[in-house]
Amino acid sequence: MSTAGEQDAGLSLQEEHESKTHRTKRRDGDRQKKKRRNERRKGGTRAGEGEEDLQAVSEKRERSKRKRAKSKQETSRRENNEEEEAQLTGGKGTKARKDIRNEKTRRMEKEEVREVEENVDKGKKKQGSTKKGEKKEDGGKQLVKGKAREVKKKKHKKAETSSEPETSEEDDDEEEDNDKDVVRLECLSPEELEKLKEAVDERKKLIQSLRGKPWAMKKKLVTLRESQEFVEKYEGALGKGKGRKLYAYKVLMTKKWMKFQRDFENFKTGCSIVTVASYFLFLRWMYGINMILFGLTFGLVMVPEALMGRPYGSMPRKTVPRAEEASAMDFAVLWDFGGYAQYSVLFYGYYNNQRTVGWLKFRMPLSYFLVGVGTVAYSYMVVIRTMARNANESGVGDDNSFNFSWKMFTSWDYLIGNAETADNKFASITTSFKEAILEEQESHKDDNIHLTRFLRVLANFLVLCCLAGSGYLIYFVVRRSQKFALDGLENHTWWERNEVNMVMSLLGMFCPMLFDVISTLENYHPRVALQWQLGRIFALFLGNLYTFIIALMDEINLKRKEEKIVKFNITTWEASLYNGTVSENSTASPVTIHPADVPRGPCWETMVGQEFVRLIISDTMTTYITLLIGDFLRAVLVRFLNYCWCWDLEAGFPSYSEFDVSGNVLGLIFNQGMIWMGSFYAPCLPALNVIRLHVSMYLQCWAVMCCNVPQERVFKASGSNNFYMAMLLVILFLSTLPAIYTIVSIPPSFDCGPFSGKNRMFDVIHETLESDFPPWFSKVFSYASNPGLVLPFILLMVLAIYYLQSTSKSYREANVELKKKLQMQNEENKRKNKRAALKAQMDLEEARMTAQEQQRNNNASVQDQESGSLNSNINKEY
Amino acid sequence: MGNKQTTFTEEQLEAYQDCTFFTRKEILRLHARYRELAPHLVPLDYTNNPDIKVPMTLIITMPELKENPFRERIVETFSEDRQGNLSFNDFIDMFSALCEASPRELKTIYAFKIYDFNRDNFICKEDLEKTLNKLTKGELTPEEVTLVCDKAIEEADLDGDNKLSFADFENMISKAPDFLSNFHIRI
Repeated sequence: MSTAGEQDAGLSLQEEHESKTHRTKRRDGDRQKKKRRNERRKGGTRAGEGEEDLQAVSEKRERSKRKRAKSKQETSRRENNEEEEAQLTGGKGTKARKDIRNEKTRRMEKEEVREVEENVDKGKKKQGSTKKGEKKEDGGKQLVKGKAREVKKKKHKKAETSSEPETSEEDDDEEEDNDKDVVRLECLSPEELEKLKEAVDERKKLIQSLRGKPWAMKKKLVTLRESQEFVEKYEGALGKGKGRKLYAYKVLMTKKWMKFQRDFENFKTGCSIVTVASYFLFLRWMYGINMILFGLTFGLVMVPEALMGRPYGSMPRKTVPRAEEASAMDFAVLWDFGGYAQYSVLFYGYYNNQRTVGWLKFRMPLSYFLVGVGTVAYSYMVVIRTMARNANESGVGDDNSFNFSWKMFTSWDYLIGNAETADNKFASITTSFKEAILEEQESHKDDNIHLTRFLRVLANFLVLCCLAGSGYLIYFVVRRSQKFALDGLENHTWWERNEVNMVMSLLGMFCPMLFDVISTLENYHPRVALQWQLGRIFALFLGNLYTFIIALMDEINLKRKEEKIVKFNITTWEASLYNGTVSENSTASPVTIHPADVPRGPCWETMVGQEFVRLIISDTMTTYITLLIGDFLRAVLVRFLNYCWCWDLEAGFPSYSEFDVSGNVLGLIFNQGMIWMGSFYAPCLPALNVIRLHVSMYLQCWAVMCCNVPQERVFKASGSNNFYMAMLLVILFLSTLPAIYTIVSIPPSFDCGPFSGKNRMFDVIHETLESDFPPWFSKVFSYASNPGLVLPFILLMVLAIYYLQSTSKSYREANVELKKKLQMQNEENKRKNKRAALKAQMDLEEARMTAQEQQRNNNASVQDQESGSLNSNINKEY
Repeated sequence: MGNKQTTFTEEQLEAYQDCTFFTRKEILRLHARYRELAPHLVPLDYTNNPDIKVPMTLIITMPELKENPFRERIVETFSEDRQGNLSFNDFIDMFSALCEASPRELKTIYAFKIYDFNRDNFICKEDLEKTLNKLTKGELTPEEVTLVCDKAIEEADLDGDNKLSFADFENMISKAPDFLSNFHIRI
């Protein structure tokens, strides 16, 4: 289609042009006729300077020949290059070869076109040639063919009308073409424009993918320049006329955007964070989650209450009680999150039970409740989604069929630039090979299985003892601290006040070391040992956390008893106050009492929140201090004492500390668990955690860079990824359990928090349904929440889960089966190939034999004497 | 910027950014590193594309390559004259292909070239033995070496010619979990 259109356009233009030139020529011709009558004219329009013309033509031909030769050289060189690659790429070979063929044909066509063009140029058909100039790059076969046809026609015409003196140089022509391209493009048909656009886009794609091409840099640079020139030349031209403005604008904007991106990247590398290991990736991921949690609590709970709720000091729950006022601003008290910190938006107790706050009529209690639920729901969603994605990824690369090849080709870490690390790596690679060989030979036999078993049982027993001991210690300490709290904290030392947190942190620090020592008894494979170790630490942390929670529950019950007494006292106090005022002055308005003086309940929710915040703070502090002392100080000492010490400190006993990825990940997971548990009662927890994660990112990064050595023990990071995620999920579940339990089963305090005055915290939903929605909605809801409907629904869900579970199981089985089949197929193929090769060899030999025999026979029949010499010839041939 | 001597023109920098995975700062830093290797040889001014090559013996002293058992092979693979002499173009090409952002396909191609010691476009037993000896510093016994090589070929060879073609290699590498994380050099 396009060729036809083009031809038409070309022809009409041509005709116009020709008729013009015709006229002029005729005039010229007439003049010349008058001048030189002896000149013969063919076709009526042969111009005068024949000899000069001929010379010019021959010159031009020569030039074009040279050019062609050059371009051929170039193409052949390129082809060679590409062929080399094609050979290399083997499997991709066909594709590559196809590309090459395409390119070859394209080049051939280009050459043809150029050749033809030169002829056409002689005819001064510039418009045609410019068009062709653009399409040179286009590479559409059809188009070129069409062009060739067109050119032939033109040639034909030229033969009829050939009249033009060839005065202009070819190069000039080209230059002119370039100049006029922009103008001439306007007379292109839309189809051509479309094609051009495609070509330009293709070039752009090429430019973008250039960096991924396995070419030498020189070639890349050349290609880049060519493509850029092409794009620039035609892109500007495309941006004209109706509808093209938008295109031009788009092009401009994409260019600007690319530029901006590049600048941004350039800027970014200046201050990039180096994520050293998977740990830091995990930390960053965690940071992202916490940012969202923080956004939720901060934006929907803390800010509305602080801005639109009643101000500080307006009511008892928002005021520091009279007894504490003196010390409320002391640093020690604030550090414990008492005093002014306790009576602020940071904790549950500060929130008012007003149904709506501010002019926005913001439903504060409802928002508080929903944010609590949303936090948990969001966390579940993210963790499960990540796990599913990880499972997908690990499912693909899970097969272990290339054990040795992988070890050989991918075990060396090209990042290693340190001699010691390199030595370690060499050693670990050697041992891994030896292990693999041993496993392969399956001569692996335990020399004393009973001893190993005994040792393993012993080790587990010791670990259990450790766990029980640490659990008891925590329980003991928490009970003791309650006693201290009842006595009043002021009478005790710093240690006694912070005992619980310190003990928990210390246990978390030293027990893993103990476990490490114990696990040397067991003689497991390092990877198995690592998993045991992680499992034990996990159990320890979990045990500690739950002991802590149980102790907290005890305390909650105590507080609730206290609350009952206080409630009773308050009613009597109010009554007495009322009675007093009545007896004194019956007409006066009720006496206003300063909110600080009002007696109030213990508010167990705030207490729980405070405990968690303290725990987080002390945990953070211990982490940082261990980092500074255990890593930094040790590194400094080892480094500088090494000059004056009797043994080599760097290689010997203290050495530098290793960066313990698994331990750190576990710490992070538990920290997150505490956040999930406590954030309902202390909305500030996500904010604190964000700060903590941010600081530890940089601090640990620094520590890793300057004072740690990489781990000697190697384990697969990709495989353990989901292991950690599973832990996170377990922790999430276990930490939401107590929170949900308290929300559902314990009535909220009567005088503090957004749910005060309600029987249960979730009553807020009921209330909202009744008062904020139309009656039919609450009716529908009440029907929907009817057990008769809920139970079948749950049943249905269970059935669906069961169904999905069983289908996924069958899929997995099918997968394994297919894998096996594939392996079988591979082996079969191998065998088949070998057989085929053998057979081919046999056939060849047979054929040779028969040929020999035949010839021998022939020879024998024809000439007995020559047969010997012929045979020897044949033998030589083979 | 005015009185500072320019190493590259803007166009050159743009072109390098298009052809590599580096940002302009990294390109300049790479040039600085390149120049560091042979300060008397490499000029600061690269605007006219001088044809200068730094020999392999200098290149492999870079801390990024110093400990790598395959350093000679890496440098040879990327040098245009196959002798291990690197021009700046080759140099930047090398680090671009080995950087973190380069795709798996590209890395696979170059990894194959690196491990193909005798450049016959196949990884044969000989190549494997060399690789293994470099990896373990020759601490395995000859029997172990042959065992491992046989095993490796048996695992990865799909067409049964007792050597690994690129297709075999690609198939094997594409399933390797650690290839991408291990086969890169940060500079």
